[in-house]
Amino acid sequence: MRLSKKAAPYVFISPFYILFFIFGAFPIIYSFFLSFHIWDGISPKEFVGFENYIFVLTDPWFWQSVWNSLVIFILTTIPQHIIALFLAFILNSNLVKLKNLFRSSYFLPYITSSVAVSMVFGMLYGEHFGILNAILKYMEKFSLIGAMFNIINLKLPIRWLGEAAWIKPSIALLVTWQFTGWNMIIYYAGLQNIPESLYEAAKVDGANMRQVFFKIILPMLRPVILFGVTLSIIGNLQLFEQPFILTPDRTGGSGRAGLTTALYLYRTGFNWNMFGVGSAMAYILCVFIIILSLINSKIFQKR
Amino acid sequence: MRKLLVVSLMIVLLVGIFTLAVAAKTTIKVACYPDQDSGFEDILDQFHAEYPDIEVELVTNGFADHHKTLLTQIAAGAEVPDVTTIEIAYIANFVANGGFVNLLEEPYNAGQFKDNIVSYKWSQGTTNDGRLIAFPSDIAPGTIYYRRDILADLGYKIEDMKTLEDWLVAGLKFAKDLDGDGVNDRWLLADATDIFFMIARSGKELYFNENGKSIVDSARFIKAFRAAKMVREKGLDARIGAWTNEWYSTFKNGTVLIQPCGAWLGGHIRNWIATDTAGNWGVSNLPDEMYVNWGGSFLAIPEKAKHKEEAWEFIKFVATRKDTQIAQFKASNIFPSWMPAFDDPIFEEEMEFFAGQKARLLWLEAAQKIPNVVTNKYDVIAEEIVRAALTEVLENDVDPVQALKEAKAQIERRARR
Repeated sequence: MRLSKKAAPYVFISPFYILFFIFGAFPIIYSFFLSFHIWDGISPKEFVGFENYIFVLTDPWFWQSVWNSLVIFILTTIPQHIIALFLAFILNSNLVKLKNLFRSSYFLPYITSSVAVSMVFGMLYGEHFGILNAILKYMEKFSLIGAMFNIINLKLPIRWLGEAAWIKPSIALLVTWQFTGWNMIIYYAGLQNIPESLYEAAKVDGANMRQVFFKIILPMLRPVILFGVTLSIIGNLQLFEQPFILTPDRTGGSGRAGLTTALYLYRTGFNWNMFGVGSAMAYILCVFIIILSLINSKIFQKR
Repeated sequence: MRKLLVVSLMIVLLVGIFTLAVAAKTTIKVACYPDQDSGFEDILDQFHAEYPDIEVELVTNGFADHHKTLLTQIAAGAEVPDVTTIEIAYIANFVANGGFVNLLEEPYNAGQFKDNIVSYKWSQGTTNDGRLIAFPSDIAPGTIYYRRDILADLGYKIEDMKTLEDWLVAGLKFAKDLDGDGVNDRWLLADATDIFFMIARSGKELYFNENGKSIVDSARFIKAFRAAKMVREKGLDARIGAWTNEWYSTFKNGTVLIQPCGAWLGGHIRNWIATDTAGNWGVSNLPDEMYVNWGGSFLAIPEKAKHKEEAWEFIKFVATRKDTQIAQFKASNIFPSWMPAFDDPIFEEEMEFFAGQKARLLWLEAAQKIPNVVTNKYDVIAEEIVRAALTEVLENDVDPVQALKEAKAQIERRARR
């Protein structure tokens, strides 16, 4: 049997679509279906309409998890993008030798498994035997630094993952470390697209570094920043592995300070076997991500 | 020529018989979690010797993963194991929801073993309408593990440590700030949460009463919360959660005096957490005459399992025989739920890891005093919510009564989903 020329292309690309429908589209659609049911994974499903959605929207833990995700998002996105932009700018200038080496070293955290990295950070953050506290304790011995710690009322050892107030910054530090390199590469690529002639014209007009940065580079990078921040929104609102591994008992830690929405919906679905509520939560989260992305594009697409 | 024919015919016949014999062998999958697997591994050779037609394949997953995988397999109705272990915390959920065969029916007739199984364990595996869907394989009497050497250094005798107060006094003497940074570096125990569990679990009901009503605002819980809070305020706990690297360090370094837990933890400490500390440990009863069940497992056959009869043979082998129950007990402190095993001489044996103490006798005594605890399908949720409430009390100075009231409201709200 010969394939007709019309059919052949579809047959050849079909493996992707078959896999996509089984592992991509089906779960998405099925979870939408589940979000209108009460289901524990074993018993028959019970249709409840919008009850799961109402339950989620009136659940204080859910709103706390949204708040947690947003705080972590702000704590990571701002430093992450500023540092990345700065690094990309330096890398792009002619001051730096060994560009490839720097580029790959900054990018390395991004390609390392989040789970492995979180486990390593978990050890660094240890209260009694962690390296971070050991370093801080050592630094405290110098009178100047000790006095500074006193002024900001820093009590050692810090309970990085034990005390509610420290959990979000601890997670944010890890996420920032992990994703700065990725954003740097994006900005670096963006910078390379800015034509050399613009810089030359600026030079001729007598612009200084600061003016070049704010009048040329930032406006030219606007679409790239939009792209980078949108990815950060999507990524941070779905933050899961880091809090999952870092917080004790995988529950989000003391006072649920590290309970992100993704972690909460996972716990609801797979720990408590409330798959309907978990699915509803996933769809609400999806709506939030869309809204935030739209706001973001409004901000950065202004001309 | 004829000789050759006969020889080749013989060979063909032999090969045929051999292949048939191999084909007749059934492989059953047994899903379990650590350290249950060490117990099984210890008796597998004997099983294979006695049941040459059945081959057992152990599928071991991490504790939480094991139950998640199991749920997924049962929900999907595919790839289910022939036998699965289920831990006590998850049992009520599975008991209520089904997906497993009723072991009281033909061809299992598990009812004949009822009188020989620890009674509270039997009822936990039984549904409200009287089906036995999970067969008890081990129980977990709760005890205190303490550092024998440290207690002696402090000048206390274990015979005198009868109440929680006694332990607190010893703990206050042991807890010290060694490097002068204002925070203790030695403690009575790793996590004040364990004090809560000890007290909260020492009743006939846990989170729900027999009518399925949440009772987490009862006096027992308030007492448990207050005790944990007091321990925290006195700096007696390390604020280190279980199953973390820091937690393991406390066992290795001897920075913690006691750890309340089920008998099974002794196997973990000896087998992998702190193998070098043999002889430094002792076992003692929980203070204030508390007797609690702290873990324990069941064996069940999923309805979709392919080799149910072989699976049942395996369960009988593991759970209804004195010799195999004792072997698992010896390998990993998996405490027998099969009562005829209780008169085994092993209970009289001195345990090297516990400096020659006859610790098994102590567990046995505790096992016989544990009350019939009511289980509920929402136990897992209730436990997480109560734990979260306890953290609020310990970390953020929330009032215990208030925290438990809110926890109760949360549990009731969720229990309907």
